[in-house]
Amino acid sequence: MPKDTGIGAATTRREDVRFLTGRGQYTDDIQTQGECAAVFARSTIANGRIKSVDTSVAAAMPGVLAIFTGEDFAEVGGNPAGWLINSRDGTPMHEPKRPVLAHGKVRHVGDAYAAVIAETVAQARDAVEAIEADIEELPAIVDMKDALVSDNYVHDEIGTNQCFDWGWIEDNRAATDEAIKNAHHVTTLELVNNRLVPNAMEPRCSIGHYNPGTDEYTLHTTSQNPHLTRLLISAFVMGIPENKLTVIAPDVGGGFGSKIYHYGEEALVLAAAKKLGRTVKWTADRTEAFLTDAHGRDHVTKIELALDAEGNFLAFRTETMANVGAYLSNFSTATPTFLHGTLMAGNYTVPLVYVNVKAVFTNTAPVDAYRGAGRPEATFSLERVIDKAAREIGMDPIELRRKNFVKPDQYPFASAAGLEYDSGNYDALMDQMEKVADKAGFEARRKESEAKGLLRGFGVNAYIEACGIAPSNLVGVLGSRVGLYDAATVRVNATGNLSVMVGAHSHGQGHETVFPQVVAEMLGIDAESVDIVHGDTSKIPFGMGTYGSRSLAVCGSAVVRATEKIINKAKKIAAHMLEASDEDITLNDGVFSVAGTDKSVSFGEVALKAYIPHEFPLEDIEPGLEETAFYDPANFTYPSGAYCCEVEVDPETGKVRVDRMTAVDDFGNVINPMVVTGQVHGGLGQGIGQALVENTTYDENGQLLSASYMDYTMPRADDLPFYIVDHSKGNPCTHNPLGVKGCGEAGAIGSPPTVVNAVIDALQSGGKNVTHIDMPMTSHRVWSAMNNA
Amino acid sequence: MTKVTMTVNGKAVSGEVEGRTLLSTFLREDLRLTGTHIGCDTSQCGACVVHVNGQAVKACAMFAIEADGTDVGTIEGQANADGSLNVIQQAFQDHHGLQCGFCTPGMVMSAAALLKDNPKPSEGEIREYLEGNICRCTGYHNIVKAIMAASGQDVSAIAAE
Amino acid sequence: MYAFDIERPASVADAVAALGAEDAQALGGGQTLIPTLKQRLAAPSKLVSLGAVSEMHGVTSEGGNIRIGGATTHATVAAQVGGTYPALADLAANIGDPAVRNRGTIGGSLANNDPAACYPAAALGSGATVITNTRQIAADDYFQGMFTTALDEGEIITAVSFPVPEKANYQKFVQPASRFALVGVFVAKYSDGVRVAVTGASNDGVFRWTAAEEALSSDFTANAIAGLSVPADNLISDLHGSAEYRAHLGKVMTGRAVTAAS
Repeated sequence: MPKDTGIGAATTRREDVRFLTGRGQYTDDIQTQGECAAVFARSTIANGRIKSVDTSVAAAMPGVLAIFTGEDFAEVGGNPAGWLINSRDGTPMHEPKRPVLAHGKVRHVGDAYAAVIAETVAQARDAVEAIEADIEELPAIVDMKDALVSDNYVHDEIGTNQCFDWGWIEDNRAATDEAIKNAHHVTTLELVNNRLVPNAMEPRCSIGHYNPGTDEYTLHTTSQNPHLTRLLISAFVMGIPENKLTVIAPDVGGGFGSKIYHYGEEALVLAAAKKLGRTVKWTADRTEAFLTDAHGRDHVTKIELALDAEGNFLAFRTETMANVGAYLSNFSTATPTFLHGTLMAGNYTVPLVYVNVKAVFTNTAPVDAYRGAGRPEATFSLERVIDKAAREIGMDPIELRRKNFVKPDQYPFASAAGLEYDSGNYDALMDQMEKVADKAGFEARRKESEAKGLLRGFGVNAYIEACGIAPSNLVGVLGSRVGLYDAATVRVNATGNLSVMVGAHSHGQGHETVFPQVVAEMLGIDAESVDIVHGDTSKIPFGMGTYGSRSLAVCGSAVVRATEKIINKAKKIAAHMLEASDEDITLNDGVFSVAGTDKSVSFGEVALKAYIPHEFPLEDIEPGLEETAFYDPANFTYPSGAYCCEVEVDPETGKVRVDRMTAVDDFGNVINPMVVTGQVHGGLGQGIGQALVENTTYDENGQLLSASYMDYTMPRADDLPFYIVDHSKGNPCTHNPLGVKGCGEAGAIGSPPTVVNAVIDALQSGGKNVTHIDMPMTSHRVWSAMNNA
Repeated sequence: MTKVTMTVNGKAVSGEVEGRTLLSTFLREDLRLTGTHIGCDTSQCGACVVHVNGQAVKACAMFAIEADGTDVGTIEGQANADGSLNVIQQAFQDHHGLQCGFCTPGMVMSAAALLKDNPKPSEGEIREYLEGNICRCTGYHNIVKAIMAASGQDVSAIAAE
Repeated sequence: MYAFDIERPASVADAVAALGAEDAQALGGGQTLIPTLKQRLAAPSKLVSLGAVSEMHGVTSEGGNIRIGGATTHATVAAQVGGTYPALADLAANIGDPAVRNRGTIGGSLANNDPAACYPAAALGSGATVITNTRQIAADDYFQGMFTTALDEGEIITAVSFPVPEKANYQKFVQPASRFALVGVFVAKYSDGVRVAVTGASNDGVFRWTAAEEALSSDFTANAIAGLSVPADNLISDLHGSAEYRAHLGKVMTGRAVTAAS
């Protein structure tokens, strides 16, 4: 029987009511008396030397209050990279300054070099047009291969366009080379992981406020990660004492990575608010979002897989160029390295892995984590080359994978790429996938498609990812400059209801519903009496935000720990009230009882007592009932899955239609299956989008050709099918208290290679000798591949 | 400035607007009805869909002056008279047809317009009708399912949970 | 947007007068113009909204023709023309999305003459007549290249008259982002011959594929064009498809339109 409350219940979401009635409050919905508007002057060229920025005409225009240029921020700090990567030769990565406003040079189309504050947006825009900027256009650096050999630099002061040249695991390099040289068979594939724009539907927006009476700043902003934003602004960019800056991320309309990071616009509205004594608001339009939100992916990879005569994997070796764009966004250096290279053993017992990644500066928008962040790139490379290998050696692609899977009795399993997988059962997932996808019925469906003149293909994929990011000790060794724990405070109010302050931020994930399910189950109370507070640094102890499928695994664990502390203290209070000893108190269904007696008090009575501590033994129990816990996990979590996809390809036009998409995932324990399923659906939509239609295209001059929804294809309802999603075969995570693994990114990790594999299968079934098509597999590309085959 | 008068969610309202004032701006900034969202500049995302004289319209692609004298419906006016969710809103909650909630007002308004013309749309008809409403969170599965459910169709066979 | 005034005249005469002002511009449904204004790519002093001109609304049949008022929305055409000219109704029913169809107008679309718009294919493929406040213009004379038409400054499309064919069909292969036509082909069979108009494909905007017209006029089957190719000169090549691909799609869509024509 499915439960209807607590852990495991598909509880509907309480936050939905405000969203469905238009009462959500997103940042741009906040309208303050007397607020003024910021509009940015953005470069229309990709690479240029700023010779002068004359703001005199603009400053005299109606409504203009202030104009800022790069000069105004020349002395303050840059927006830093959060992860230090060392090159293979031991030298640290290059970290050019990322200023609030471009200074000296503009480095990508959209790079802001000035900002106008005016009474209205229209006035600010008028004034931006009147700024006379003399910017000498320089040749744009766009192609990564060219960038690595060019003497034209994105950042002149570092004298190279290579940020780092990273090897993983360097000690395995020689052995991997040797294994590939001597292998019975080597499959090689060159592929592109296409550059994507995250495209949260809510554009970024920031509102700066300054109180001169208290010298306190408040920033309302579209953030997945308000505490990190506060830390970066305080410690690195503006030097505002952390206790004088409150960052509030109210309702946030999706993030997918792009709202993890601190952006210069946030610093600008704070500086302007102080200078003017006014509330200053900036809201991006969609084109600004395309030009300046951190993009995702953009890897060019050569991967080789060495096999023996029986099909056992002997080694994977990859060489990747990863585009970091014009500046290092906060996690841009972690994404192509530790979030990618460490996953390059996949679900397999392969003994050797060597990954080389060269990160490259170009005159394009910064590139950082986007849903999946490094792991989709790893899975795509692995699962494409494995599929190609299966065809080359004439083995069924599922059988080849099964042959090399880590087996259930091998956990904990030390992968050849340096991680320790705690749990899983990949064969069971594959079994379940074959069943729920009705693989047996595929041939009949293929015949039906062929009768319609369409080619049908079946594609499969197995993935593992590392999420629940993650243990500070481990990431510290790997170069992280931040800890990756999380925090929660559980406050039991005197009237028995609870406020739970969490460091995770919900922008679609349903925390307001799911976290109370956990607390309510532990305390045996009604989940409706538990409210989650998130997104406000003044109300929450601390937090590292929401990304990397970490909210429940890390912050949820902190909630569990804090709730355990509440239970311990409440038992003491109950023991005092019942005149029993602490260890005799049990908690069941919200009632504290003395074991073996009929004496009991309710949770509500204990809560009240905590705040009316008459006759309290104050030497043993403090008044109040509020506990905080910080949780730092022992390991990453390792969700895994088996996916399959069936496509139909129109051989006349190259048009691909996804007909069936099946995702079988091991997320460990599941708190709210409805929410988990929804997370997978969203990931699948984005993954299919990446595979078929989404692409970010810069021309050779660094102009973004796909800068609006007219040219960047967002998947629509009629591009996508109903999905088959199954997470019944979970193996609980062994090291966090809920046994959960994280589900936010799986769909976007598992689906792209699945779709590509299906299209290749379809084309081969039609007699077309096509072995690879780069994503997105647009109609044009598929048609071209068929015609060139 | 030009004076405009219209009915919004059953109430007569008026205001002074510029020629360039969009209906979406008038709703959000003058009437403070911020449930109508702006997600793009090219009138494609559909987060701003409202009803004008009963028809679905993108409020970011119509001037407030052009709405003078019309009857406008927004997401804020969709709930039942007692404040409870209407049948479409309730179906979106029941079937998890929203996540971040940003596209949701437009989705609900489009769904209402669809069901008015086509009380029992097929899956394909729903997907086609939503061509002008972009959602980045849900992969559309539960939105389509919710609209089918709102129209009284049995959706129990469409994937669990 | 830059600042401008909006006038809402109630008659064609008043609209024409209003458009006499310097830098005045007509506003149809605004579904293309408003996004353009947002990008500050146009700076009219005044927009003359045609939405309140009642004589420009509606659909009437006269002889073997359908006359559609210039301010008639795509949704209205889709709803009202199906009985007499189903191919035209289908075309209108697939322009943009439902909300766009409730605002966008036939006159606005033809006046704009976007090279990837649907209506130009219907008008040229039907040999329609564009009726303005001053004259009647044959479709063959009206379309003069991408975003360019025979309209004079201040001239308003008050109606469009379509001769109803024996059979017709429109096949649109969509550009997946904008949902405009990557290539769209309108095929119409009249007693005196077949017309084939291709949109989305050419840097010159909508054009007639005359070789296909000749072949189909003698044999109205997809086989008739088997040996032909859409002339590849001056076709659009962009991130959504090469000129070669567009030429290929033009032929495929033509064949499908012939097969589907009813």
